[in-house]
Amino acid sequence: MEYLILIHGDESTPAPAPGTPEFDTYMAGWMAYNQQLIDGGHWISAANLMPSPTATTVRREYGGADLVTDGPFAETKEQLGGFYLITAVDLDEALALAKALPLPAGSIEVRPVAFVPSAG
Amino acid sequence: MSHEDADAAVVRHSRADGGRVISILTGQFRDFDLAEEVWQEALVAAVTDWRANGVPANPTGWLFSTAKRKAIDRMRRAQTASRPETLAQLAREGETGIATDPRIEEHSAIDDDDLRLMLLCCHPALALESQVALTLRTLGGLTTSEIAAGFLIPESAVAQRIVRAKRKIRDAGIPLTIPADVASRVPFVLAVLYLVHNESYLGHAEGSPVRADLGSEALRLTRRLAVLVPGNAEVEGLLALQVFTQSRAVTRADAGGALVLLADQDRTQWDLALVHEGNAILAEALSRLDPGPYQLQALIAGYHANARTAEDTPWPDIVAAYAQLIRMTPSRVMRLNHAVAVAMADGPHQGLALLEAVDGLDTYHLWHAARAELLWQAGNADAALASFERALELANRPAERRHLERRITAVRSR
Repeated sequence: MEYLILIHGDESTPAPAPGTPEFDTYMAGWMAYNQQLIDGGHWISAANLMPSPTATTVRREYGGADLVTDGPFAETKEQLGGFYLITAVDLDEALALAKALPLPAGSIEVRPVAFVPSAG
Repeated sequence: MSHEDADAAVVRHSRADGGRVISILTGQFRDFDLAEEVWQEALVAAVTDWRANGVPANPTGWLFSTAKRKAIDRMRRAQTASRPETLAQLAREGETGIATDPRIEEHSAIDDDDLRLMLLCCHPALALESQVALTLRTLGGLTTSEIAAGFLIPESAVAQRIVRAKRKIRDAGIPLTIPADVASRVPFVLAVLYLVHNESYLGHAEGSPVRADLGSEALRLTRRLAVLVPGNAEVEGLLALQVFTQSRAVTRADAGGALVLLADQDRTQWDLALVHEGNAILAEALSRLDPGPYQLQALIAGYHANARTAEDTPWPDIVAAYAQLIRMTPSRVMRLNHAVAVAMADGPHQGLALLEAVDGLDTYHLWHAARAELLWQAGNADAALASFERALELANRPAERRHLERRITAVRSR
């Protein structure tokens, strides 16, 4: 099965600055995690998103005109920061991979993929 | 064969074989929902058939074959194209007779099918109330209406929970497997069994069918878990707690269905064989030096069970056990129990002080009932009456309501 791992974190938590040893350690953790996914045959794709203030939301009501607003879909303390699309045999394996994320704090939502449309 | 004998056999097999049959069929058809549905249908078919023709020589095999035939029929009707090779093979099997499964023939007490199913039903990815309903239906052999009666909730709510849980199992890919770190999953099973035990103990739903006796069902499943996951101190702790509770099952309510407080129960009627069994299980658990909240609750239940008179109750020991329990799990209900134990050990005023410090239980009837008892013991009858009345407003279980009504009458006629 395929699962989307959605990573939500508190953006106000200060992250280590690039160039510091803390940053290198932090990044090394993520690189190792990515490698674990690749080695285990779980990797499909992934992305780290720009922070939520860069988000723009298009709101569409039935029969109405599109409304474009500044900011993310929902103003919550924890914002979507990135995702992994993985393949796993079952939910237990997907949850184990989600728990292995080097995320210091936050919420990780694991959702099964219903289907992936083929692009031409 | 009388209808009663046939029905009793169906009930027995619904409990004993559900885990194995559902596990095997889920494996063969890759569909837990289907397996569970056809198992229920096979049980219904068994009632009619066994009443008419008697219980077959191999009841488990009969139930398995019937369930499997129904599964094949359903797959044929649904024209499932996703697994043509499985379907074709199963369809051929349907024509030549249903192949049995070696696990059906040579089942032993330690096969893993029940554990596999317990772990699935109690998977943390399912809502707790769904875990409870699913466990009681697949492993407990209870019907939806019996579960509803046991928990005093509408049958439609139970059905809804089961449907939702089965849908998530299918769509999210929750597996029917035993993980390598099975110990990490055991607490979730214990939480469900503890909840069922608690509901039976506190709920004591009257007028419900005997089969909805949640307490003995929880006990049976906990006993099974203790066999499947041996050497786990907390499994043994929960088992000991349930055995102690069961030892006083007959004195928990009076003939009128009203709750009888521990202090007022006829202890000569307690089942001493169960008390001794509880003592042995608890000693085994404690010897593993792996303490936990279920063992502490068993310890407390054991102090009560071993007190031949209410006056023999070792309240200071019980206070100490509750104090440890609160450090482990800071639950408000346990703090309430601690306060009551302190009142018994040191007097109502000390207990009341602790009770008042537990906030957030404003809408919990037992907090008001306990406060009322302590106020009454402290000589404050007016405040006690008000608290009993508040407790009655909030209580909805019949046995507890009846008990509170009596206390109110007693306090009024002081």
